[in-house]
Amino acid sequence: MDAHSHSHYEPNTAFERWLDARLPIVRFGKDLLDFPTPKNLNYWWTFGGILAFCLAVQIVTGIVLAMHYNASGTGAFDSIQHIMRDVNYGWLIRYIHANGASMFFVAVYIHIFRGIYYGSYKAPRELLWLIGAVIYLTMMATAFFGYVLPWGQMSFWGAKVITSIFGAIPVIGPAIVSWLVGSFTVDAPTLNRFFSLHYLLPFVIAGLVALHIWALHVPGNSNPTGVNVKDKSDTVPFHPYYTVKDGFAVSVFMLMFAIFVFFMPEALGHVDNNIAANPLATPAHIVPEWYLLPYYAILRAIPDKLTGVIALAAAIGCLFALPWLDRSRVRSMRYRPQARLYFFIFIAACLILGYCGAHEPDQQIIPGLAAFNIGDSSINSMAWLSRIAGLYYFAWFLLINPLLGLRETPLPVPESISTPVLSHPAAAPAGAAAAPEKKG
Amino acid sequence: MADSVAGASADPHDTPDSGRRNFIHIAAITAAAGGVAAIAWPFIDQMNPAADTMALSSIEYDVSKVPLGQQVTVLFRKQPLFVRHRTPAEIAKAVADDHAQLRDPATDASRVKPGKSEWLILIGVCTHLGCTPLFGQGDWGGWFCPCHGSQYDTSGRIRKGPAPKNLVVPDYKFTGATTIKVG
Amino acid sequence: MLRKLLAKAVARALVLALAAGLAAPAAAATTSAPLEHQPWSFSGPFGMYDQGQLQRGFKVYTEVCSQCHSIQYIHFHNLGDPGGPFWSPKYPNSNDNPYVKAIASSWPRQVTEINADTGDPSHRKPTSADVLVPPFPNDAAARASNGGALPPDMSLLAAAREGGPDYIYAILNGFRPTPAGIKNAPPGKYYNVAFPGDLTSYWTGAADAVPTGGFISMPPPLTDCKVTFDDGTPCKLQQEARDVSAFLQWASDPKMNERKQTGIAVMIYLLIFSAILYASYRQIWRNVAH
Repeated sequence: MDAHSHSHYEPNTAFERWLDARLPIVRFGKDLLDFPTPKNLNYWWTFGGILAFCLAVQIVTGIVLAMHYNASGTGAFDSIQHIMRDVNYGWLIRYIHANGASMFFVAVYIHIFRGIYYGSYKAPRELLWLIGAVIYLTMMATAFFGYVLPWGQMSFWGAKVITSIFGAIPVIGPAIVSWLVGSFTVDAPTLNRFFSLHYLLPFVIAGLVALHIWALHVPGNSNPTGVNVKDKSDTVPFHPYYTVKDGFAVSVFMLMFAIFVFFMPEALGHVDNNIAANPLATPAHIVPEWYLLPYYAILRAIPDKLTGVIALAAAIGCLFALPWLDRSRVRSMRYRPQARLYFFIFIAACLILGYCGAHEPDQQIIPGLAAFNIGDSSINSMAWLSRIAGLYYFAWFLLINPLLGLRETPLPVPESISTPVLSHPAAAPAGAAAAPEKKG
Repeated sequence: MADSVAGASADPHDTPDSGRRNFIHIAAITAAAGGVAAIAWPFIDQMNPAADTMALSSIEYDVSKVPLGQQVTVLFRKQPLFVRHRTPAEIAKAVADDHAQLRDPATDASRVKPGKSEWLILIGVCTHLGCTPLFGQGDWGGWFCPCHGSQYDTSGRIRKGPAPKNLVVPDYKFTGATTIKVG
Repeated sequence: MLRKLLAKAVARALVLALAAGLAAPAAAATTSAPLEHQPWSFSGPFGMYDQGQLQRGFKVYTEVCSQCHSIQYIHFHNLGDPGGPFWSPKYPNSNDNPYVKAIASSWPRQVTEINADTGDPSHRKPTSADVLVPPFPNDAAARASNGGALPPDMSLLAAAREGGPDYIYAILNGFRPTPAGIKNAPPGKYYNVAFPGDLTSYWTGAADAVPTGGFISMPPPLTDCKVTFDDGTPCKLQQEARDVSAFLQWASDPKMNERKQTGIAVMIYLLIFSAILYASYRQIWRNVAH
């Protein structure tokens, strides 16, 4: 499976030889555990393992919740209360699942930003990046379907807003919306099919994750220097070195997860979702869950509905194009100080977009400050803030990345992983570490 | 030595103090196993009947509502419960057969509460394949199951037909002169 | 290690910042009085419900609120569950709890069922398995008795409003006489400083002095000593409001005590487990320069 090394597994017993000749599953497992991994990976690299943990948690809690959930329009909200009040430990499983979705997105955003910072998407890992982008897209669909299931006010009205987006498509839009929702508007048939899809997609994600790890194992992991692995001395076997490090990282991650589940379980949700869905009463402010807010802001930033939808699609599409937009020959932003600066502004723009998505477009940024209008909105409004941040978002992908590759002067890149003197010298009398150097 | 220079020693069991070193790994694995066991219990327990089902796990009933010689059927744990007010003749017939040839031997006294032998409380589910037997029919005047012909006497004991056991007497007690709590 | 903590802190800050951004009120013209945080026995990571307060609050619900408001997800047996108003360790099965049975059998309304023999509606006294019988059989009847306004169900009221029990307390304490400059106030409604509303269209005074608050359909439900408390607590309006707000918080989150206690145990376990894993990690990596 890996281009750089071959399997070292030697079956010892007659049974192992018998099995290895028919279905080499033990060989497959041992190869995974022995996989040569760069020895200089920092903690940002633990988020892949954290994401696998999150997927497993969501699938297990989700299957258990599905034993008690009722996907009918009349019974869904009641079944959630049944889970919370009557089912043994139902409250715990439900809060793990609901907050687990948020934790999943925290981890995926950190994982994506790490990939961008260290240039992990660059050749030969473009396909790895693309599969990751498809996983991200599928996660967003899964989370959207899942949020509809409690059939609260936000569930219902969020579904209405997002399904109506497809109505913007010229000519066939309304037919597509009708086909999607299965009724005149979002209704019980919509809920039922969203439940079916919500149960299906996580297994699609699991399959994509298998492809993702396979695509990773062909070239092997990248590393914080962005320099390729030269020989075996640059690597350690994945087990036990990175199994224990990922285990530690998952444990710390669980601490944050537990704070939400046990002490602030509804902090990331919306109070209106504790009101049963009412098609006749629109909530004052319809907002999606926090992890979809930046896209919500981009959608609303453009007054025209169809162009807003295209901008939303383009915002996600930019992720797919990134390996070909970035022309830099240096992978890691550790050695690209200019790129690093623009990237941090990019992160700020994403956070600002998320903030705008949570508020109404005509709300003032600085309350009480009267300012002039540009177009339909005051310059001191969330609408214009989201336009400026959105403009930077697209500019970073489409202008800054290509130009930086041509214009910037990167710092000198180390020759190999082992040559920069490392901050954790070996305890064994090896003398490899001279003066420990601070990691960038 | 190449491996100690770059430190890529694949085998963590190289160093001399393996006892102290292995302890922390054993502790980690043990703690992990304990954590997994602790978190496994809620996922197993959630399949047990929920609180709203358990709230129906016992019922109270005032048996004085049942006229002499009649039976009232009440819903208990989602199944029929027979509350039968027996006549003295029915009680006598049941006691007389205490030592007859019975497939599932039981005395009538063991199936009622002392001093309250006129009240017979039974789960109304045929022990053959689960149909609801009909009151007062059959050769012994107890119950007759129309599905496969099982016949029970006035103590609810199986006398004829394919059922293997007597009609089940649930766990109940008299909480007052005429009130019972079942389950 | 430091980078790990930094990563975690960044992640946490990111999430909390977005949560805070989400929680900020987004109203332009709708106003209500700024919400005051009340001291509650159940605040904070170690806070638990005060059983005496829950009992007093339940009494307020029974004698005042339940005339108009249903509480459809609370069954009588929930009152005897752990953390609930009538929990007693002597009765681990709350169906046996004598207070629960007494409350159920003395409930002012009976359960309507269909008579199996005649098909007509029949009535029976509620048991511990039943929901607290609501004042109206359905929403339409509730609206008809309340001038077209539907008194919301109270099971999740504290969870469905920003501020939860603080908001409910503010509403109950927020009824005021209609301000002098308000003309053509909507009939059958009552001015409340805590209820979100926009009074600009009714205000005849200075444009920058529009009163905060709005018109709520509920008449002021509480007065001093509307309910008397069996434990001798003075029955002032603020006390009644405080106790019923705590009771409604319990109704929307009956598992809170258990949740927080489990949470403390889980956090302690995870802190120890993380420390052990870190030691194991450092031990394994001792021989590797990295």
